[in-house]
Amino acid sequence: MKPTETFYEVMRRQGVTRRSFLKFCSLTATALGLGPSYMSEIAHAMETKPRTPVIWLHGLECTCCSESFIRSAHPLVKDVVLSMISLDYDDTLMASAGHQAEAALQDTIERYKGNYILAVEGNPPLNEDGMFCIIGGKPFVDQLRHAAENAKAVISWGSCASHGCVQAARPNPTQATPVHKVITDKPIIKVPGCPPIAEVMTGVITYMLTFDRLPELDRTGRPKMFYSQRIHDKCYRRPHFDAGQFVESFDDEGARRGYCLYKVGCKGPTTYNACSTVRWNEGTSFPIQAGHGCIGCSEDGFWDKGSWYARLQNIQQFGIEANADKIGATVAAGVGGAVAVHAAISALKRAQIKRQSVAENEENV
Amino acid sequence: MTDIVDAESLSPKRAQAHALPGATHQTSVYVYEAPVRLWHWINAAAILVLALTGFFIGRPLPTMPGEASANFLMGYIRFTHFTAGYILAIGFLFRFYWSFVGNFHAKQLFRLPLNDPEWRKEVLFELRWYLFLEKRPKKYVGHNPLAQVAMFIFMTLGLTFMIVTGFALYAEGSQRGSWQDMLFGWVIPLVGQSYDVHTLHRLGMWFILTFIIIHIYVAIREDIMSRQSIVSTMISGDRTFKDDDPD
Ligand code: HEM
Ligand code: SF4
Repeated sequence: MKPTETFYEVMRRQGVTRRSFLKFCSLTATALGLGPSYMSEIAHAMETKPRTPVIWLHGLECTCCSESFIRSAHPLVKDVVLSMISLDYDDTLMASAGHQAEAALQDTIERYKGNYILAVEGNPPLNEDGMFCIIGGKPFVDQLRHAAENAKAVISWGSCASHGCVQAARPNPTQATPVHKVITDKPIIKVPGCPPIAEVMTGVITYMLTFDRLPELDRTGRPKMFYSQRIHDKCYRRPHFDAGQFVESFDDEGARRGYCLYKVGCKGPTTYNACSTVRWNEGTSFPIQAGHGCIGCSEDGFWDKGSWYARLQNIQQFGIEANADKIGATVAAGVGGAVAVHAAISALKRAQIKRQSVAENEENV
Repeated sequence: MTDIVDAESLSPKRAQAHALPGATHQTSVYVYEAPVRLWHWINAAAILVLALTGFFIGRPLPTMPGEASANFLMGYIRFTHFTAGYILAIGFLFRFYWSFVGNFHAKQLFRLPLNDPEWRKEVLFELRWYLFLEKRPKKYVGHNPLAQVAMFIFMTLGLTFMIVTGFALYAEGSQRGSWQDMLFGWVIPLVGQSYDVHTLHRLGMWFILTFIIIHIYVAIREDIMSRQSIVSTMISGDRTFKDDDPD
């Protein structure tokens, strides 16, 4: 592996034909929403640019991001991307183990100082000095800091790295912390989702490798090309939402007719992701198409935002089972009661004062 | 104010009132200018519509029968909400402008004289009056100081909150790059995510509805028990006093 090898050379070495390579380039251009002319630009970049190494770290996680990634729609994309990043270090996928693996990591960090991309799946728990996640005998947070120090950019794969996800849900005993709160001096691309869609992952990484720059990010650091619209904006059940046709309970007539899942808790209106356009498993389906509401897995803190089967959020600050309407109605009823009592006292007082003045007048007469 | 009273008392009606012992004496001052009154009622109507439609946005009505293309119920409810939202927001901006060019009473909604010790004492006095600790209420030409505090918290701050969160949600529909997004797009990242903003917006509705209960009750109660007119003042603009005693 010489440092000057280009992406194209790597691919050819991996047995990818020229024809497949060009197919891959046009597929990528389409996936990224770029015009056909970009296909040749991508091809050119791949042929001339030295391969950018990627270090893929795993913290506190379930590995669903990796599982998603290796199921990328087009087998070509998967093969190419995998050979492209070649995973110089990925403790789940690589062949080596133990000391050998740690040595590979150190080797890559030193050889490509300032040039490699650090992809992080999962997050570091900070409680007890990070003892809840040990990699190679050391807390994961140390490995993360060490690898990030010389990275060009960091990709936060999935909701764990981006937001904290299930291990950071209340009460978060291990103090699991999203990557951007630990690494503060590097550009960070958040690719949330539990897991993120495979095509979104390969799309983001291909963009970074071919164009050698970060994709355009939104205010919270997510690539705009995949996260700038809500599920609701592109949902095929949206006409039923606008019409006011809802599934009232699962298995009712509305559910059989494929009505909107808003009333049974669909979080599509508040979730930014590409599921309703890109879909899953080679474009086969996505949760709403399968008859279940979106659970909002790519949104911050989605585990703590109340039932997945209710439209109104469960507000935990007010104890068990409260939502905006319950709290609001309780307060309004309380104030209404207080008003009634106040009105009654006012009337009594007024009657009393009247009686007094009448009495005074009578005395004066 | 005194010359108004004098002028009024010269009128034949007043003279007659003077002549009758025990009859209540009424003097009147022009308090709420026409734009303020107009805004008050438009604002009230907008809030009513917003609360009603907003309630059904979060808890939609039962499913409509027929084809999707034959119905647009949720669409109309949301459209009504957004239209009323625009009316509320534009009205509120206008009302803010009027607080600069309008009369003294038009300023009260937006500026609390917190540094004035006399005013702070009056707030406490009014508080005691509502707790039945004062026998006789005072006369006020504009808002009484406690009402002014309530107005500021529920209307000035409350409506600002509803407008900011409302347009932040609106920006989600009008998409990135729209002017709503440029102006209010910072709200959702600040709060964390969109779902929480929905919840806060909904809690805001209840906050404002709670105020309306108090507002209507107090307005009617003061109309009966205080020494000045309240409800009719927001229609005619004139504040009438029921007696001639000082303060
Ligand atoms: C007194 C003022 C207002 C009240 C009481 C009010 C009330 C509500 C309520 C209760 C909801 C439902 C929230 C939920 O459960 O998700 C809502 C949603 C919404 N409101 Fe308001 N609102 C007010 C002002 C505004 C303004 C000024 C705007 C700006 C145009 C606005 C725009 C919206 C939007 C865009 C939604 C989300 C609609 C959707 O999710 O389909 N609101 N409002
Ligand atoms: S199913 Fe969900 S995302 Fe689709 S229209 Fe209904 S609420 Fe929106």
